[in-house]
Amino acid sequence: MANRQLTFSIFRYNPNTPEIKPHMQEYRLEELPGMTMFVALNKIREEQDPTLMFDFVCRAAICGSCAMLINGKPRLACKTLAKDLPAHITMFPLPVFKLIGDLSVDTGTWFRHMSLKTEAWIHSSKEFDPSAQEERMDNETALKIYEAERCIECGCCIAGCATANIREDFLGAAGINRMARFMLDPRDERTPEQYFEVVGTEEGAFGCVGLMACDDNCPMQLPLQMQLAFVRRKMAAVGWKYKPKAV
Amino acid sequence: MSVYQTHVTDVLVIGAGLAGERVAIEAATGGLNVIILSLVPPRRSHSTAAQGGMQAALGNSAMGEGDSPDVHFQDTVKGSDWGCEQDVARLFVNTAPIAMRQMAFWGVPWNRVVAGKRTLPDGRVIEEKKEKEGLITARDFGGTAKWRTCYTADGTGHSVQYTLDSIVIKLNITVHDRMEAIALIHNGETCYGVVARCLRTGELHVYLARATVIATGGYGRLYSASTNAVINEGSGMFLALDTGVVPLGNMEAVQFHPTGMVPVWILITEGARGDGGYLLDKNLYRFMPDYEPKKKELASRDVVSRRMIQHIRKGYGVDSPWGPHLWLDIRHLGAKHINTNLREIANICRNFGGIDPVKDLIPVRPTQHYSMGGVRTNIDGYAYGLKGLFAVGEASCWDLHGFNRLGGNSLAETITMGMIVGEKVTQFARNTALEYSEKLVGEFVARQEERIKDLISGRKGKENVYQLRDEMQNALMEHVGIFRTGEGLQKAVDKLQELHRRAQKLGLRSSGKGANPELASALRLPGMIRLALCIAYGALQRKESRGSHAREDYPKRDDVNWLKRTLAYWPEGAELPVLKYEPVTITELPPGDRGYGESSGAGTPAQPEKTAPQGKKGGK
Repeated sequence: MANRQLTFSIFRYNPNTPEIKPHMQEYRLEELPGMTMFVALNKIREEQDPTLMFDFVCRAAICGSCAMLINGKPRLACKTLAKDLPAHITMFPLPVFKLIGDLSVDTGTWFRHMSLKTEAWIHSSKEFDPSAQEERMDNETALKIYEAERCIECGCCIAGCATANIREDFLGAAGINRMARFMLDPRDERTPEQYFEVVGTEEGAFGCVGLMACDDNCPMQLPLQMQLAFVRRKMAAVGWKYKPKAV
Repeated sequence: MSVYQTHVTDVLVIGAGLAGERVAIEAATGGLNVIILSLVPPRRSHSTAAQGGMQAALGNSAMGEGDSPDVHFQDTVKGSDWGCEQDVARLFVNTAPIAMRQMAFWGVPWNRVVAGKRTLPDGRVIEEKKEKEGLITARDFGGTAKWRTCYTADGTGHSVQYTLDSIVIKLNITVHDRMEAIALIHNGETCYGVVARCLRTGELHVYLARATVIATGGYGRLYSASTNAVINEGSGMFLALDTGVVPLGNMEAVQFHPTGMVPVWILITEGARGDGGYLLDKNLYRFMPDYEPKKKELASRDVVSRRMIQHIRKGYGVDSPWGPHLWLDIRHLGAKHINTNLREIANICRNFGGIDPVKDLIPVRPTQHYSMGGVRTNIDGYAYGLKGLFAVGEASCWDLHGFNRLGGNSLAETITMGMIVGEKVTQFARNTALEYSEKLVGEFVARQEERIKDLISGRKGKENVYQLRDEMQNALMEHVGIFRTGEGLQKAVDKLQELHRRAQKLGLRSSGKGANPELASALRLPGMIRLALCIAYGALQRKESRGSHAREDYPKRDDVNWLKRTLAYWPEGAELPVLKYEPVTITELPPGDRGYGESSGAGTPAQPEKTAPQGKKGGK
């Protein structure tokens, strides 16, 4: 059987050359067995158009670099197989994030900002003692933390989120999941009230309108809605008694 | 007149993977200003792809009982086939446990000991002790006498990178991502920083620093089949090589991982075999016990890779459009284990191979994986040849790994060496004032502008960067792989020399404007070909077999003539590297038998083993 001829319709715009307006450009490629979008896009760049911009790093769905809209859905290009798509494939950069060029967006800056805002690190008053044995931890707890830490910051949950598309400062599922990771961790000494300051708001856990696209789109299949519910419940418990700090 | 932005800092780190970030944290904690440059956001670094784990002799798990830095030291030296620096190995094994505990302190959710009895896939019953419950546990990896590899399910690299980066963010360390160093600025004696090209705008920047640290990882993408990320093109190594005064150590020592998945070459972690996976041939026969009765699938990586190729050569490979391969079988580990402890593997098989390892066999073949060689440094991480230049992690040749690295030792090296060298960098930068010549900086920028102009105008030629890259990758793959011969290596050297000449005549097909990806590739390729030549030429000259360097025409290790490290220099305008050699530091364990693999003795009797790996694989 002859291989399919694929048509790629790809969004083109480079902010460094604003005189060339955003437009769609078409490329044709023969489908190969097992062809992923990683293989396809590199073939297009190397054989047809060396100016085409996109991002890949690990090409194994581990690093989160290559998220884009493929036929309208945010997904990792590296693990999207041509055989699962129709012969006409459209590609857009992820919305919400700043465009670098063509299919390449700046997720790095967005996620660093989110980490800063949520202070996504272990808050501990202890000093590390190099001569001491490690503190013990229940293995179940370690596994739970790891579950929440599996997020690869690809941005699919943010790009597909109605709230994030409207509200610039919304933490999104990735941000709320990140908070859940630290709330689960006994090493983090933050109090529920301190967490409330960060996520007990409309920009945090209460900004979600429950369309659940994050959960559908997560390439790591993280239980994002469950994490959101977990954080909300905790925050509701605090909010009941919450008194805002005197200004 | 050139236009460029200048940034001045105390410490400049090139590369935001584990080794680079660990150095940056040490320097920032020491009160210094630090800038990290990275091709990608730090959390996209290739370190995150490391699934397996980190070796450190904590000795908490039942199968790690009796472990100590001494045992770890012996495993490492034997694994290296006596090619490593033993003082470095000693420092590493002593420090690694502290580095693991520090990562636990910072937030890594290491898997912990769960008390009680359990049955291993091979039927052995082990009992984890109550008094060890909750401490960091370990899994089995190849070439080790004890279970020593600390892990977080199979996302160790991801977990440790996210934790380290959380500290980088907490300390508010400056990171310039999508910024690529394209030349070191130096005067032949001292390094002053780098010229960099912004991958967002294409503009040139200058970074000046008291200390510059190369932490750019490996060069896997010199080979056509590599487990490495696409950004692993060895850039830090050729930046150092191109100074003409900094040597690269043991570039011929290239690790092939036994289990890259055919045909996408994505890594299936050693944890799969550590947890009890088997290798099968076309008759579904488990062949490794015939070759390696003691260690079976868990001999060191160089040995397992060679045994696999040997077995394929005997006609037992499974035919496929991508050449013959073998099978990795983890079905007997059960759905629960595969879907939790080996979940990333299961996902990779499903996403990229269309197979389910709970029910299906995984097609595997040895694949380029790691570079033992790199920027040669002393035990403190100082690069040879230039003051103010340091190297860490895979980009460096410290030299912990010699001619073969043990699984779990490189990931552990990133944070352990990062901790040790970070302190040395901090001391150095505190006691050094930045004195540079603006004229010199201008000359270095002008040279890079000239290169870019030549590429864009195509006035030196119109050679195609992607075509030359493919030819380079194929030359290394075909002739500088697992088994090597003088004849094949000579062919590779000839081919690579031709490509190096042609690479002087690269010309772009696109405009090269802004953050043009073709220009980025064209700026890298000549340096990559020089690295390839260091590998091929070093391998051609080394007339023995040691660790991963297996010469069919010189099948024995030769301690009389070759117990030494290759140092490759590239003087300006040269067509081949200039090779020099230095002795290997041996402090504790004289050369002997590895206890696995082809007989390694070059007339040297086997050393009595202080800690025989008894009981490890004793049971049936």
